[in-house]
Amino acid sequence: MTMPYSIQIINLLASLLLLIAFAMLSQRRILSLINLFAWQGLVLSLSTFVVAYSTGQHHLYYSAALTLLLKVLVLPWLLHRLMRKLNVRWDVETLINIPATMLVGIGLVIFSFNLAAPISQLSESITRGLIGIALASVLLSMLMMLTRRKAIPQVVGFLAMENGLFFAATSATHGMPMVVELGIALDVLVATFIFGIFFFQIRETFDSLDISNMEKLKDD
Amino acid sequence: MVGAFPLDIADAIIVSLMALGLMGLALQHSPHLITNIIFPLGAIASLALAATGFWALGEPVSHTVLPLGLPGLPLHLSLDPLSAFFLILLGGASFGVSIFSAGYFKSMPGNTLGLLCLEYHLFLASMALVLLADDAYMFMVAWETMALSSYFLVTTDHHVPDIRKAGFLYLLIAHVGAIAILLSFGVMQGGHGIGAYTFAAMREAHLSAFWASVAFLLALFGFGAKAGLLPLHVWLPEAHPAAPSPVSALMSGIMLKTAIYGILRVTFDLLANSLNGQQWWWGVLALALGLITAIFGVMFAAVQGDMKRLLAYSSIENIGLLLVGIGLAIIFHVYGKNTLAALSLTATLYHSLNHAFFKSLLFVGTGSILHATGERNMGRMGGLIHQMPWVAVLMLVGVLSISGLPPFNGFVSEWLLLQAFLLSPGLPNSYINMLIPVAAGVIALAAALAAYVMVKFYGVIFLGQTRGEAREHAHDAGIPERIGLSWLALACVVLGLAPVYVVRQLDLVTQMLVGKGLGNATPGWLFLAPVDMERASYSPVFFLLAVLGVMLVTALVVHYFYHGRLLRGPAWDCGYPEQTSRMQDTAEGFGQPIRRIFEPFFRIESELPGAFDTHPRYHGRSEDRLWYALYLPVKRITEKLSSWASLLQHGRIHLYLAYTFVTLLVLLAFV
Repeated sequence: MTMPYSIQIINLLASLLLLIAFAMLSQRRILSLINLFAWQGLVLSLSTFVVAYSTGQHHLYYSAALTLLLKVLVLPWLLHRLMRKLNVRWDVETLINIPATMLVGIGLVIFSFNLAAPISQLSESITRGLIGIALASVLLSMLMMLTRRKAIPQVVGFLAMENGLFFAATSATHGMPMVVELGIALDVLVATFIFGIFFFQIRETFDSLDISNMEKLKDD
Repeated sequence: MVGAFPLDIADAIIVSLMALGLMGLALQHSPHLITNIIFPLGAIASLALAATGFWALGEPVSHTVLPLGLPGLPLHLSLDPLSAFFLILLGGASFGVSIFSAGYFKSMPGNTLGLLCLEYHLFLASMALVLLADDAYMFMVAWETMALSSYFLVTTDHHVPDIRKAGFLYLLIAHVGAIAILLSFGVMQGGHGIGAYTFAAMREAHLSAFWASVAFLLALFGFGAKAGLLPLHVWLPEAHPAAPSPVSALMSGIMLKTAIYGILRVTFDLLANSLNGQQWWWGVLALALGLITAIFGVMFAAVQGDMKRLLAYSSIENIGLLLVGIGLAIIFHVYGKNTLAALSLTATLYHSLNHAFFKSLLFVGTGSILHATGERNMGRMGGLIHQMPWVAVLMLVGVLSISGLPPFNGFVSEWLLLQAFLLSPGLPNSYINMLIPVAAGVIALAAALAAYVMVKFYGVIFLGQTRGEAREHAHDAGIPERIGLSWLALACVVLGLAPVYVVRQLDLVTQMLVGKGLGNATPGWLFLAPVDMERASYSPVFFLLAVLGVMLVTALVVHYFYHGRLLRGPAWDCGYPEQTSRMQDTAEGFGQPIRRIFEPFFRIESELPGAFDTHPRYHGRSEDRLWYALYLPVKRITEKLSSWASLLQHGRIHLYLAYTFVTLLVLLAFV
């Protein structure tokens, strides 16, 4: 059975997405983490573009352009600037060591493929089989949020989670309505701004971006 | 709609009340404008509300739907005789209280006064909306607004820790009650979609006997929490002394009545059409709870030393009496004796109206005393009749009314209630027949004890010699306070002297609720007869004339025949050559017999001085056993549960994220 080129390309991009998610999970340095996030955004944008081309849905071109602009250029730039201003270039400290995290991540991928199998059977679209990958990258990003001690990697994890969701939306259902996409894009941008402000506040209060300091806020 | 006219006016008045509140907030930099203009205007709005209610009493029921609210459930309002009656009560009593407030709050600083003015008028408006609401959503919104605005009024002096505690207790019980009311509406709605939350749809719901009973019990619990029904009464004696006096007057006089309104609305209106209608045991339950509440309230009132706590317990007693009337009406209604049901309901409604006026009168009166003496403890007052003649005379009217003495209004309603009891034999249920005479005895006991309490209240505060040192500077109330007090006292007198007229108006309400009235039994305007002129009748005018005549004759006899032989001489002075004010009976002493007789009901802590103490001190406290037996265990259980729940809370973001993650995985795997 031969598949059209477009689907092969999308599958390739999907596997790249998953690979980058794993790379982010294993990355110790914040700068590389942000660069990886930008690469993931590029892959996402390309896959959206290919879906748009192969299905002929014009509004997906706009989403691809929006993704490119926001996730490859604006957000990484914002995060870079934030990093410089806060002067946090040191290595990422993790709560669980990285090999263990990778093992948990593999378990999550198996889990999500298993879970997505019945949904993929139902799916009529050209992109069946990709839901598992999208779900896995969402869960992996969440795992990254869980295991990082510093605040910036957590934000990157949050943004990467949104990437996974977006991938699920474009690949499985040919994109959401334009209004929803615009809304989500705006939300992500605003959230980044708010996180930036919070970082400054947290650092002013605790002299560090280590969020374990926030345990002191607990009510006894 | 043609008949919607009074309702539109009532809406306009409610909106203008809210606007007045906002204006008060805006004017907080000129407090004299608030007291001189806003409060009198609010009083006029209240009076207009009462007039509208009076007008609507005879009009056909009117409905209106506001273009606000939830999708699928716009806000419904309606004005039927029951709402109209309670609007009269609300407007009439709050008129006096607002006028009084205009003088009472003069010395308050501007920013506090601005907020108070907002909450005060919002409180009045939300109570009116509770009465007008015609769907569950509107009702709950108004009900919660009422609870919250009154909470903020109670905690006006929020820098005092005790007042914050009292306010919290009030808010807690109010919300537990509100949940029960909401559940009750949910049961009556019966799962027919959001449109079925209108009262009109609930009337047609036709619940089974079981679910109707569930709805009734939930409503009784919920409204009972607001009214101060027995196990849920603890907030009353805490919140009423904490609030400023006009606020206590509104809460005790009017807000408790909204709970009575709610019980009547649910029992006689919303559930009336359900499959088997009401059940006889509902009535017995309400009757029994009412009796216990009444006796409990009056007993605790007798041993209080704080005048506002005393009045708060007396409110509990009166709520008990009202509930007895409702219970009796349910019993009669179930057995088809609708004339007797109408009689009990008339007594209940009449007593609601009376209580609104005399309790407001007494509460605002205590406010004047508090301003004059700076003291709430009756043990440090005494002889105030010399310094405050106006307040003393006007409060005497209130005290006589609440004691149930003719020719004042309290007598009429208690008499009607007892008549309803006396006419009860002939019910087909022999248990109830045996229960009811006992209940009548308890009612008589409560009424007599209430009179005892009021003798203590009035005697210790106003009569005798001044206790304490600095009571000489006490001053009488100002002009607005006098007008407010006089209005409330006048209402007590008029309601006492014109019972025939009042009962005819109440017929319109009882016609709606049980389909019968009492109007035919009373031929003229002079004599009030509950059922039949042959059985019993009462004419306050003749009674008043007789009392006045006897007093006049006595005065004349004393003056002409006795004065000439009167000798004055100190000599041994009947064994009191050096009487000081500390030798008088105190508030505590006056309550002592009750405390001894009903000792098992109290939890008494007392500290008696030994024989050789150089500085003998006496200290005694009577506490509520229920607080220890019921509330503290509940509190301990809640604390234990919440300490378990707080094990989840570590303050670590990773852990919270892990909760989310695990939840997500579990849901993905199993759902």
